[in-house]
Amino acid sequence: MSSAFSAVYARDLRLALRRRVEALLPVVFFIVAVSLFPLGVGPEPQTLRQIAAGVVWVSALLASMLSVTSLYTGDYADGSLEQMVLSGHSGFEIAAAKAAAHWSITGAPLVLAAPLIGLLLDMSASALGTLVISLLLGTPILSLLGGLGAALTLGLRSAGVLLILLILPLAIPTLIFGAGAVGAVDAGQSAAGHFSLLGALLILTALTAPLATSFALHIALE
Amino acid sequence: MNQPIRWFTFAAPSRFYALVNALNPWLWAIALLLAIAALYIGFLVAPTDATQGDSYRIIFIHVPAAWMSMVLYLAMAFWAAIGWMFNARMASMLARALAPTGALFTFLALWTGSFWGKPTWGTWWVWDARLTSELILLFLYLGFIALVSSIDDMVRGDKAGAVLALVGVINIPIIYFSVRWWNTLHQGATISMTAAPKMAQTMLLAMLLMTFAFWAYAFAVVFTRAQALALEREHDAEWVRALRTKGKELQ
Repeated sequence: MSSAFSAVYARDLRLALRRRVEALLPVVFFIVAVSLFPLGVGPEPQTLRQIAAGVVWVSALLASMLSVTSLYTGDYADGSLEQMVLSGHSGFEIAAAKAAAHWSITGAPLVLAAPLIGLLLDMSASALGTLVISLLLGTPILSLLGGLGAALTLGLRSAGVLLILLILPLAIPTLIFGAGAVGAVDAGQSAAGHFSLLGALLILTALTAPLATSFALHIALE
Repeated sequence: MNQPIRWFTFAAPSRFYALVNALNPWLWAIALLLAIAALYIGFLVAPTDATQGDSYRIIFIHVPAAWMSMVLYLAMAFWAAIGWMFNARMASMLARALAPTGALFTFLALWTGSFWGKPTWGTWWVWDARLTSELILLFLYLGFIALVSSIDDMVRGDKAGAVLALVGVINIPIIYFSVRWWNTLHQGATISMTAAPKMAQTMLLAMLLMTFAFWAYAFAVVFTRAQALALEREHDAEWVRALRTKGKELQ
């Protein structure tokens, strides 16, 4: 791993540790959003079990998108983003490090909180395990795509809503295979196919999204 | 005499403007005539369908609109990419001009599909793979329009739109197949649109005529919109000033 990647990554983690409450907000949003569903849909365990995987996945998706808006804004406002891009290190590395840091700060806590949330929705143990693995493979994709959206909407007035409008259609395959893995296990099938597809999506996104993000950063800073 | 082909003649906004002025009356005439012919054949000549009765006749608008919605997205991404790579002003303007027409056709395909679904399937909407991916295509169009229109800096808007359109093009097949697999796994929609019976010659003819009418309409509208964008962006340029003085003399 190159020095630029680890430097940006470590810096973002350190910044997040200095503002712990802020870093925890996405997980809190995630938990609150999921617990609204039983109140809206009704408390019948049968219904909840059926919609659980989808609810958890959609809430995780929204939590990632809401938190990724601020991924570049701070650095953009104080000029350090410009310095990073001008430093001569590849934009690919910087974008990848930023997305990795976002995943470590928001994605990983979502994965850790998911089993607890699943219990609230009466999910079975095997479904919970599948849910965690699918989120583990899927949330990095969301961070990578979100980073692209954040770079495209950098400095715009309505960046938050715009980012969600841009990125949600692109995140649909991740949602389908992520929630589909749990559905397959519930139906007595193997989730291996879904995991393979999620893994393939992760590899493809990891190879292409940072590149597009670095283009978008250059465009925004021109 | 072997003259080299001048590919970039109409990349200059002034020449493009003049070209569109010459082309547009023809395009509108073609669009109107073909649409009237297609509607005549589709509604009066084509036979009534054995199973669906007359309700199937919306196919003559529905299918061409769906075709256009997909082709126009590719065209938009293509011109956005050309504009980004070669710094071609007119190409970026064309990409911007294509987006609303593409979104319109996508909406038209969904709307007519809904009207068709009610009498034949008994419901306005099913989460069928094709319907769902067409809906996602509409979201992609709306995202592009929203992004380019909320960036005040023109050049940045063009380039950011190009990145988004290209990412969308890569994702469209992935989205389409994922939605198809999702649909088969859920086994939700029991009715399939793919079981269309073999079409009569007249029906195919009406559909093709309507497709060409839509093509001519799309060209005309997109060109006019691109003209307006060119006037707006180049309002200080010599050729726009010349147009302005000519307009004043005519008054």
